[in-house]
Amino acid sequence: MLNALREFVLSDDARAPGDGIPPVDDPRFGIVGSGKSLTLRRTWLDTFDWRLFRAGLTLEFQTGRGTTGLVLTGRDGELAAADPAPGRVRWPCLVDDLPVGPLREHLAPVAGVRALLPVARAASVLIERRAVNEDEKTIAVLTVDRMTVSTPEPVTVPARVAVSPLRGYHAQAAKLADALATEPGYGPAVHSAFELALAAAGRRPGDYSSKIDVQLTAAMPATLAVVTILSRLFDTARANVDGTVRDIDTEFLHDLRIAVRRTRSVLKLAGSVLPDSMVGRYRPEFKWLGDLTTPTRDLDVYLLGYPAMARTLVAGTAAELRPFHDYLARQRIASQRQLARGLRSARFSSLASRWRAELDQIGRSPGRRPATGRFAARRIGAAHERVLRDGGAIDAASPATALHELRKRCKELRYLLEVFASLHSPAEQWRAVNELKALQDCLGEFQDTEVQQAELRAFAARMMADRSAPAETLLAMGEIAAALAVRQHAARGEFAGRFAEFSSPRGRARITALAEASA
Amino acid sequence: MKVLATYNIKGGVGKTATAVNLAYLAARDGYRVLLWDLDPQAAASFLFRVRPKVKGGGKALIAGKRPVDDAIKATDFDGLDLLPADFTYRNLDLHLDSERKSSTRLRSLLAPLRREYDLVVLDCPPSISLLSENVLHATDLLLVPLIPTTLSVRTLDQLTGFIADFDGKQPRVLAFFSMIDRRKRLHREIAQELPAERTDVAATVIPALSAIERMSVQRAPVTASSPRSLAARCYQELWQEARSRMGLREAPPRS
Repeated sequence: MLNALREFVLSDDARAPGDGIPPVDDPRFGIVGSGKSLTLRRTWLDTFDWRLFRAGLTLEFQTGRGTTGLVLTGRDGELAAADPAPGRVRWPCLVDDLPVGPLREHLAPVAGVRALLPVARAASVLIERRAVNEDEKTIAVLTVDRMTVSTPEPVTVPARVAVSPLRGYHAQAAKLADALATEPGYGPAVHSAFELALAAAGRRPGDYSSKIDVQLTAAMPATLAVVTILSRLFDTARANVDGTVRDIDTEFLHDLRIAVRRTRSVLKLAGSVLPDSMVGRYRPEFKWLGDLTTPTRDLDVYLLGYPAMARTLVAGTAAELRPFHDYLARQRIASQRQLARGLRSARFSSLASRWRAELDQIGRSPGRRPATGRFAARRIGAAHERVLRDGGAIDAASPATALHELRKRCKELRYLLEVFASLHSPAEQWRAVNELKALQDCLGEFQDTEVQQAELRAFAARMMADRSAPAETLLAMGEIAAALAVRQHAARGEFAGRFAEFSSPRGRARITALAEASA
Repeated sequence: MKVLATYNIKGGVGKTATAVNLAYLAARDGYRVLLWDLDPQAAASFLFRVRPKVKGGGKALIAGKRPVDDAIKATDFDGLDLLPADFTYRNLDLHLDSERKSSTRLRSLLAPLRREYDLVVLDCPPSISLLSENVLHATDLLLVPLIPTTLSVRTLDQLTGFIADFDGKQPRVLAFFSMIDRRKRLHREIAQELPAERTDVAATVIPALSAIERMSVQRAPVTASSPRSLAARCYQELWQEARSRMGLREAPPRS
């Protein structure tokens, strides 16, 4: 495959009869060739959260005349990797399900666990011509692309010509491109075919992000700010429902769950600015929704971490642990079914429509007081105080539940910092969140390893009861449980140091300054 | 990556025609092929319409001041690239002589191309020189076109004897009769008898055909311009024989 040096857009009246490409009026060059055409069906792919786009990559799946191909290009259209025969690929597709090769190697660290989804589709009629020099040697291939974007309705975009130099003829091809640029009918191509296809399909690159990217001001009414935040969280949750129901990849459920958890925290910590009955009516509903997502997500965490878990075995082997993996996979199928049923239920659609309608209604007449800045400062300050108080009370003799409670308080503080982030300087926000995150990681490791140990025991008991585990599998699971206990112990030992850092005068000052800056 | 060279001390025996056609056939079969026109007469470059010019000349290439990669040109055929000739190649012996390990310098220059090409075809100038020695050291299969005369056969014996004295890796030799004139009894007899007697002489013969001579007018391999001609069929047979002698695996699909 040749890389295009330059692309042009052909004006409609420049179409030469028969061959579809206007001539070049320069004695140094000629355009020759039979002009045979090829119809190509093109599908552009990216993850739901545009990881490829953000990494400057474009992935295109091409099919035509019995052939298929996957082509990955970089920011300037240069070829990054290609798979000329990926076989039968069905989209959405996880990177791990693509054929082994350089293309998959290139994509794996970028896409991670996210599936590749079609973001735009088009059909192109391609006509290839050769540009020759005075020796009649081909120096470049000219490809005329007449593209029709397929979704949502067929739209024909202006024809394009790509000039792709042959190896060793870059300089001559550049001169040819300069000559073409002066010809009538050849205009500069400002947008790539992918960008045109996206625009015609009504999509914008990066149109989804799980980040709470709302713009708040200190002076705006706090009710409006909270409604804006809740609306944004609701949009994120809604955007992930379809992917969760279809079980496209694990991150749809993850993002849905985070949006629900944030919603619950905002209702709890900032719900006082909403009309009286609203918090009381919706907190149980969002708790139900959160609980609905828990079993599947817990199993996802196990399955995603399974390869790393299997690698930690010393006495047991990966093969001995395998029945545990299969058991988890079977459990997940059942819990996913229940989750999908819940998200398709009348209860969920009623919750969604009522919630949206009420938020819209409040957003139209939010009142004037309190102002967002002062409100955010008070809330962040109070949440910070709670973390300092609860954390300061923990000593070597404190029960595990004290650390679990502290983890919840930390999460609440983190969510408040994130939802009101637009009131703060990004650098200060980053430093404060980073320090809090270090404490959260330690508490998370402590609690997660404890929960996983308990779950492992429960899994083992159930597997024994339904006779799906041989003795060696249970032994290997025991080894995993022992490794988790070691990790939990280490996290407990690490806690005092982490908290001391967080509650040091410098650590306190960071969050206090942020809270004050909100106002 | 395999390296094939068309070589003979004598000129005008069909080395370039063979190199050009076999390189084209290999590319058509899906291999990634580089043809290096080592002959300052630049016939192979001419046939592919590539100007016989290398920046810095042969001296820069041999000294490694200009990467071989930089001088490569695509031909008009998919999968077939050309490293063009340059008139300064007439001094290659001198440049090679000034390098360390002067008899294996060509092999070192080709080594970085291993990932990019499945096959390199060397079209050699007629001579026996330091360049020839380099070619023999770099090559897996040496294709030797022979005019069916008693003297040619004697030359082949001299060549195989010379190679047998090499230390280390020795190229396999595959001679074949070229420019056979069926009207001449001597040609017919030698072309029939020798392949039966010697394993290093191919069964395939390339007759003297005007289609091969016309390649210089068409400026394309006869296997591309007249793929059904007798000449193309003969080169096809020779390519199959050469491919099997080199043990070249089937080409993967080209991206």
